[in-house]
Amino acid sequence: MPKRTGAQIIWECLVHEGVQTVFGYPGGAILPAYDAMLDYPVRHVLVRHEQGATHMADGYARAGGGVGVAIATSGPGATNMVTGIATAMMDSSPVVCITGQVPSKLIGYDAFQETDISGITVPITKHNYLVMRVEDIMPAIKEAFFLAKSGRPGPVLVDITKDAQAASIDWEWDPSPVRMRGYRPERPVARPDLEKAVALIRESQRPVILAGQGVIQSGAMRELAAFAERIDSPIAMTLLGLGGVPASHRLNLGMMGMHGEAWVNHAIQEADLLMAFGMRFDDRVTGNTKTYAPNAKKIHVDIDPSEINKNIRADAAIVADLRETLKDLLDVIERADHAPWIAYIDSMKGDAAVRDIQKLPDSGHLYAAHVINDIWRITEGKAVVVTDVGQHQMWEAQYYHHETPRSLITSGGLGTMGFAVPAAIGAKMARPDAEVWAIVGDGGFQMTQAELATAAQEGVKINIAIINNGYLGMVRQWQEFFYERRYAATPLRSPDFVKIAEAHGLEGFRVDKRGQVLDVVQRARRAEGTVLIDFRVEQEDSVYPMVPAGADLDAMIRRPEPSVLAETGADPI
Amino acid sequence: MHHTLIALVEDKPGVLNRIASLFRRRNFNIESLTVGRTAERGVSRMTIVIDSDQASAERVTAYLYKLVNVLQVEDLGSVPAVARDLALVKVTVAGHDRAALLRVVDETRAHIVDTGEQTMTLEITGEPPHVDAVIGRLEPLGIIEMVRTGRVAMRRGDTALSAAKYS
Repeated sequence: MPKRTGAQIIWECLVHEGVQTVFGYPGGAILPAYDAMLDYPVRHVLVRHEQGATHMADGYARAGGGVGVAIATSGPGATNMVTGIATAMMDSSPVVCITGQVPSKLIGYDAFQETDISGITVPITKHNYLVMRVEDIMPAIKEAFFLAKSGRPGPVLVDITKDAQAASIDWEWDPSPVRMRGYRPERPVARPDLEKAVALIRESQRPVILAGQGVIQSGAMRELAAFAERIDSPIAMTLLGLGGVPASHRLNLGMMGMHGEAWVNHAIQEADLLMAFGMRFDDRVTGNTKTYAPNAKKIHVDIDPSEINKNIRADAAIVADLRETLKDLLDVIERADHAPWIAYIDSMKGDAAVRDIQKLPDSGHLYAAHVINDIWRITEGKAVVVTDVGQHQMWEAQYYHHETPRSLITSGGLGTMGFAVPAAIGAKMARPDAEVWAIVGDGGFQMTQAELATAAQEGVKINIAIINNGYLGMVRQWQEFFYERRYAATPLRSPDFVKIAEAHGLEGFRVDKRGQVLDVVQRARRAEGTVLIDFRVEQEDSVYPMVPAGADLDAMIRRPEPSVLAETGADPI
Repeated sequence: MHHTLIALVEDKPGVLNRIASLFRRRNFNIESLTVGRTAERGVSRMTIVIDSDQASAERVTAYLYKLVNVLQVEDLGSVPAVARDLALVKVTVAGHDRAALLRVVDETRAHIVDTGEQTMTLEITGEPPHVDAVIGRLEPLGIIEMVRTGRVAMRRGDTALSAAKYS
């Protein structure tokens, strides 16, 4: 057996796991690993802040379907990763973080750049490791990859002491599959559970499928569409589920929940059966759980047993892989026809159409919804869109219609501002042939703006659309609706974003009229490098409809009809 | 309502922290928690008592299973079980009737495990309510120090909880 240092073993393991790209930032305690890296065929992306590395790894994983890898040093390097790890945890994204740690004999002595990152990340990782011996590095990394991608995916952190990286042993790769005593991710579909679900489906006259990210993660897109068509059931989507069923599919109602369209939420409230597939009844989806879908039986299919009965009590539950479950259902379920129910839901769309902001004539004001819808049309709905968090995120979900899985990447659970730009860089690395757009607010952009330098240094081509309304828009909206328009700390003065782009050697454009959108978007698409577009949109527009937090799902604040829409903010240009 | 949960866990560094962190993070209050070895190598056993309703106990069980180091969980709230608690109680013997104390010892099956010039240390073992009752009788006599192990419990009958199938 050849002799290998711990540092070499780290890279040997990563290469064996199929890793081609890592996102990281060097430092004292991870120096041995960085030194060894030069001898391995792995592309390292130097980030500007370790939070960026974790978001890039997350975006890389979500766009490409593999595992994303982020590397940092001990202490502040590791703690800077915390937001990105928590983001990946909440959205079940398979990320492996490798951190250096101070030498084992210094652990517990408050050494320079020592922090207990394995302790800190216990609640925000699927699992984590503190490795203090060189012989433990391979088992920890192998298990980390296995854990990150199997079952319900999630982030795993491996903290490796500097002395373990420096020590040598006789070593070779162990190709045997990982076996862990307390972790059995594979779960067969239980027959009695399936039969219970089938009975409920057969009885239903007003079914709605609730499709979550589990559809995408289990690769069940085709099976879900076939199942919905077989039983003629409409499908409502969670934010992270978008793309799991083509937006143009006749049974796809669109997004549900706080900013879902009115007919979607009404359909859920009036359903007699909800089939929750790979979703977790988040509070942004249910509103008040006590009045949620009061007449509906609930079937819940999830790979994670702790999601069953957590927020909403299930009448039938199947803990298994969704794709396998749908295959089993397709084997036994009969064709059904719910035309009256679907026609009834369709009849509710008329009212929403009247209120649709797309109906608003070009008044000289630039609306975010128009910009996003235009980007959708110009990119023919084929781009991978990575959004930040806030109003633009909801408008994107409403007005960019996703036809394919992994084409929307967004921080849903944690709601992490600053996610979009680094995650878009990661997404582009995973899918170099895809057109990648980061859609981001003026607030969130400034949180991780430094990663523009990463895009420039790496020569990564993404398109950045800043939806710039001069406010922390979603918070401002809440202040408008619920805090008597007292705009505490939400007006936001930003630097000249075009100059920021130019300072990085990148192209930047400003758009303040709708008539300019097409031309500038096309120029961005044609450009070789990353392009930033500063869209100066209507300042005090709001996202409609809106279910106030904790309110009944059908108690929505609706967009005023266009004739009474108050045009606020700057004078028409 | 009290729920007694048994968790068989891998004997690895940090496992206790993971369990404690889970209860804290999910907003469950631990009434008592004991950890010890089992007859199986590398497997520790935790007895965790929480005050919660049945639905919450089911949630906790599911969360415990999500921890990679947790092998098996059993809720003893739903099955007949033997439970024991042990207390060491140091009682002052100065300034009152030593005979009163000895009477309590005699009537409650407590054991005298140590005597000092001014104090006597008693061991009380039994079902947790029994231990509570004995302590209640000792309080008027002057408890100056006390320690309790917290509840340990085991299902009655021939069924045994084992992690062997997870080896």
